[in-house]
Amino acid sequence: MSADLAIESRGLTKRFRSGQVAVNGIDLAVPTGSVYGFLGPNGSGKTTTIRLLLGLIRPTAGTHSLLGEPMPRAAAGVLPRVGAMVEGPAFHPYLSGRDNLRRLDAADRTADPSTAAARVDAALDRVGLLAAAGKRYRQYSLGMRQRLALAATLLRPRDLLILDEPTNGLDPQGTREVRALLGALAAGGTTVLLSTHLLSEVEQICTHVGVMHLGRLVAQGSLADLRARTEPRAQVHTGDPAGAARVLSGLGLADVSVTGGTVTARVGEVEPEKIVAALVRDDVPVRGFAVTAADLEEMFVGLTGEGFDVSG
Amino acid sequence: MSAAEATVTPTPRRVSTRFFRSELWLIFGRRRNWVGMAVLASVPVLITVAVKLTSPGPGDGPDFVSRITGNGLFAALAALTLELPLFLPLAVAAISGDAVAGEANLGTLRYLLTVPVDRTRLLAVKFAAIVVFALSAVLLVAGVGAVLGLILFGGGPMLTLSGSQLPFPAGLGRVLLVCLYMTACLTALGAIGLFVSTLTEQPIGATIAVLILTLASEILDVIPQLSWLHRYLPTHYWLAYGDLLRDPIALGGVGAGLLSAAAYTVIFTTAAWARFGSRDVSS
Repeated sequence: MSADLAIESRGLTKRFRSGQVAVNGIDLAVPTGSVYGFLGPNGSGKTTTIRLLLGLIRPTAGTHSLLGEPMPRAAAGVLPRVGAMVEGPAFHPYLSGRDNLRRLDAADRTADPSTAAARVDAALDRVGLLAAAGKRYRQYSLGMRQRLALAATLLRPRDLLILDEPTNGLDPQGTREVRALLGALAAGGTTVLLSTHLLSEVEQICTHVGVMHLGRLVAQGSLADLRARTEPRAQVHTGDPAGAARVLSGLGLADVSVTGGTVTARVGEVEPEKIVAALVRDDVPVRGFAVTAADLEEMFVGLTGEGFDVSG
Repeated sequence: MSAAEATVTPTPRRVSTRFFRSELWLIFGRRRNWVGMAVLASVPVLITVAVKLTSPGPGDGPDFVSRITGNGLFAALAALTLELPLFLPLAVAAISGDAVAGEANLGTLRYLLTVPVDRTRLLAVKFAAIVVFALSAVLLVAGVGAVLGLILFGGGPMLTLSGSQLPFPAGLGRVLLVCLYMTACLTALGAIGLFVSTLTEQPIGATIAVLILTLASEILDVIPQLSWLHRYLPTHYWLAYGDLLRDPIALGGVGAGLLSAAAYTVIFTTAAWARFGSRDVSS
């Protein structure tokens, strides 16, 4: 298994007793130091994959390693270096936020008890929960619960964070704070696997992306590489759409489409400035011209389909 | 917190009691369990006060109760005897049924396992906490009974079931032996509870299952036609603690009871380990 991959899997598969294949032979490659956006529609197998990675469930087939160590054999040594949020926060409702973190720290045989109180409060402070640390978890709002789960991953320095939808339920300020926090952690060298269905989140903080669909990893790579795979389109705003379309076709642009006063087409190999020159030469009035890269949403929908139904 | 600090593989401390202490704190700090303990403690209070108010003559009422007026220590034994069929098993069933199923139900199980807590260690800590709870519950009942009994009726030599007299310290020792024996019996029940708790994500369901098992065992134990079955029932030897109040101590029933408890404990902790060690945690 490669050392420069923080998470690596080969043919990782989980077939449930019901016969449903939730994860189907995926080869994850999360580079060390990356912020890896783990995308996919609801029910596409993201959480099951995370459970497999952490050793909570056993794979039907395949192997994987975390931080270069084979799992689940090396779990005792590796998992203390991994902070994880799996399928939302879960704590004892009748304990305070601080006491819940103390319990998790007490369960960690590798944690230093003499620094426990300080580390717990530092973690609470980092997620802005220190003021509510003494409140019972039962009284926490969804956003506060989410913050507490995040704090639990920060009880000690980690080399890898595996976070399942960490901004779920947070208000816009909270979402921004969490993004800033993840950015700071990543800048410090922590690898982050961020499971999400928020594309804006991916665009803002991820360096790499993996897309799940129906239990398969349908795309994986750096964000820039994936973007490059989708072709940019030329967009002409004009008073003479028919004329513009004729010119674009004449230049050899494919996939020309007209919507009202806007004509778009795939740029292909043609240089954009030549398109404008050709339009002007043919007296097509140009009100606006742009070359747009396909956005992440289109790419995502292209990979996982338009359907609104969750993947069964 | 830079990642560089963490790159060395952390070394676990060889012996750490932190998780175990945290578990005890979780059990004994929980308000629900305080209420349970208060209920357990109310029985010896009721008995001693009732006896004080009515002062039954000798031969009136259950054996131990009638002896309380002679020696307050018997309040402890009377309370234990009354609570053994239902209240004490209920308390142990609640705690042991909650052990794994409670964490699974809340979802905290997945977070404990990713800390990571080794699954065998998790079960060992949960089981040890059940044993401590069982001992505490028994000592609470006996302690409240003994203290209140001694205050209201005084101490003195203990009349054994064989009819002889034991000096007060020896009598106190016998009561402690009874407590330890009952703890062993309840530990076996706790082991069953721990196993049931690994089967479900519903702690109440696990508790009810253990309680039904206890009551079914007690019912089967009084059906004479099933006498061949009796010695295999988990509750069959529970009342054998009377042996510890003879002079000298008779070991027949108690010995068999300890053997039965040990067998149940080994079988069901092993079953819990086999079941939980390989289970997918999807809660």
